[in-house]
Amino acid sequence: MLTEEEKTEIEEHLAALPVRRSGCIDALNVVQRHRRWVSDESVRDIAAFLGMTPDEVDSVATFYSLIFRRPVGRHAILLCDSASCWIMGQENLLDLLEKRLGIGLGQTTEDDRFTLLSVACLGACDRAPALMIDDDLYGPVGAETLDGILERYE
Amino acid sequence: MMERPLTQHIVPNREPLSAEEYEKVGGYGAVRKILGGIAPQDVTRMVKDSGLRGRGGAGFPTGLKWGFVPMGDAAPRPKYLAVNGDEMEPGTFKDRVLLEGNPHLLLEGILVVSYATQLDTAFVFLRAEYKLAAARMRQAIGEAYARGWLGKNILGSGFSLDVHVHTSAGRYICGEETGMINSLEGRRAAPRAKPPFPPVVGLWGKPTVTNNVETLCCVPSIVVNGPQWFKNLSRGDDGGTKLYGVSGKVKRPGAWELPMGTTVREILEEHAGGMRDGLSLRGFLPGGASTDFLTDAHLDVKMDFASIEKAGSRLGTGTTIVLDDETCPVGLVLNLTRFFAQESCGWCTPCREGLPWLASILSDLENGQGRASDLKILEEHTRLLGPGNTYCALAPGAMEPIASALKHFREDFERHLRGKRCPWRSAG
Ligand SMILES: Cc1cc2nc3c(=O)[nH]c(=O)nc-3n(C[C@H](O)[C@H](O)[C@H](O)COP(=O)(O)O)c2cc1C
Ligand code: SF4
Ligand code: FES
Repeated sequence: MLTEEEKTEIEEHLAALPVRRSGCIDALNVVQRHRRWVSDESVRDIAAFLGMTPDEVDSVATFYSLIFRRPVGRHAILLCDSASCWIMGQENLLDLLEKRLGIGLGQTTEDDRFTLLSVACLGACDRAPALMIDDDLYGPVGAETLDGILERYE
Repeated sequence: MMERPLTQHIVPNREPLSAEEYEKVGGYGAVRKILGGIAPQDVTRMVKDSGLRGRGGAGFPTGLKWGFVPMGDAAPRPKYLAVNGDEMEPGTFKDRVLLEGNPHLLLEGILVVSYATQLDTAFVFLRAEYKLAAARMRQAIGEAYARGWLGKNILGSGFSLDVHVHTSAGRYICGEETGMINSLEGRRAAPRAKPPFPPVVGLWGKPTVTNNVETLCCVPSIVVNGPQWFKNLSRGDDGGTKLYGVSGKVKRPGAWELPMGTTVREILEEHAGGMRDGLSLRGFLPGGASTDFLTDAHLDVKMDFASIEKAGSRLGTGTTIVLDDETCPVGLVLNLTRFFAQESCGWCTPCREGLPWLASILSDLENGQGRASDLKILEEHTRLLGPGNTYCALAPGAMEPIASALKHFREDFERHLRGKRCPWRSAG
């Protein structure tokens, strides 16, 4: 079931759109913001709310790389793996992250604190290598700064 | 002093100007001027005369595009604007500077194009990760409504406009203009077949202008100071200034607003501070991931559309990725190709099937498992995936770094083949 709050937020997006189903990505974003990820049940709920079939909603949900169709931890780490960051040492940063967290790309720490994901160019190439945690952008990130950054996220 | 119409009111690490502050420094002057009695067609003509070309990558003349929108009482309504703030081209970080730094300048540009083409509703399409940009844009839109710059009957002119922010959810292909239109309709962002082109048939089947963030930020100054003033800002044939950027192993990576047509050398050496100590320049991608490599033989080329094209590449987004001599060109091309393979929307076969294959060949080469025939296969594909064989420019764009790397760095590919390893990685 969508909560009243979720429904209200989705309706706010729909107000700008001539067609209800055009709010599909907005609805997925709203649900994910509240629940961290989008479950099969949420896909069905969104479909019902927008007058679509669950398959239609899922075909959209699975297209977009930042809609999570599997559970993620409390904080998602998005590590840029594009060209400028790669030049500036992204592979070392990934090694470092994997060691610190004890997980590989696509995995979640056992305490559910972090999920480690790679992402295309974050538009912060002048601060490479860059990463995002939740809504916060960091760069350049190196061995000296990484621990201090991770500590901010419980 | 050098004129900087795009960034004059941007101070790094400071909150952007509020609507009220922006008005005090002359902001929304372009809107006052046009609503005070310039005909829409005349606004479009000014933009045509200014020589402004799109800053989103393709360099399409902006005024010409606006001129394709059906006008008059018989035109289909509503008409839409989709502002392209997807900015996912690797190496590109210029629209972020504008979105975060001065959202009211973009709104002013939005108002100008919307009046010129008499459209009703604008969507600002922002990539998912631009959270700060989205927050500042929403704040600015709220202020603009409150002060009467948006909404019904703006300045009593009878002209009305609504602006909404759409935040995306990932995928580079959303930046392709018809992919963006599908995405705004809530669909998968596969591009649409063209024609029809968006100015005639776009969002929900209605006429839709698509423009890049930086393009629209150029527009207010054209209206206020005139097309000739804008033309004169440039050192080349295309009008205006350009927000150039540099990333890679230079001393001071960053973005700077400079006259259009500034030379590569001035940008790399004066503004980016030159290469880091001990490193030298091997080559550079002048305008983002989907442009051809140029080399140190091209340092005196002007960074404008025509000059860069003559040198064998594209201005693209005008943000340069620098390749130094301690970075493996094959590894860089592999990284770029993996990106394009991952971001292919999968609609056309050459792109969907070809890019992963090319990535796997490049990966073999990089890891010392290349075959003698690989370079020929790569070369063939730069033609097979080139212009004319796919629905959108993603695949042809992906071929530009490969084709040009095979030209300029052929010896490096061959060293990988001969030595059966990457010369830039330590043995073992
Ligand atoms: C794969 C692909 C990705 C693109 N991404 C962007 C983008 O992120 N931002 C952008 O403004 N244009 C992008 N473009 C170019 C747009 O299709 C379009 O040309 C541009 O937004 C038009 O605006 P302009 O004329 O003001 O440059 C992309 C094109 C392709 C083929
Ligand atoms: S070229 Fe690639 S990204 Fe573009 S439409 Fe075809 S499959 Fe999609
Ligand atoms: S390449 Fe990493 S932020 Fe652009």
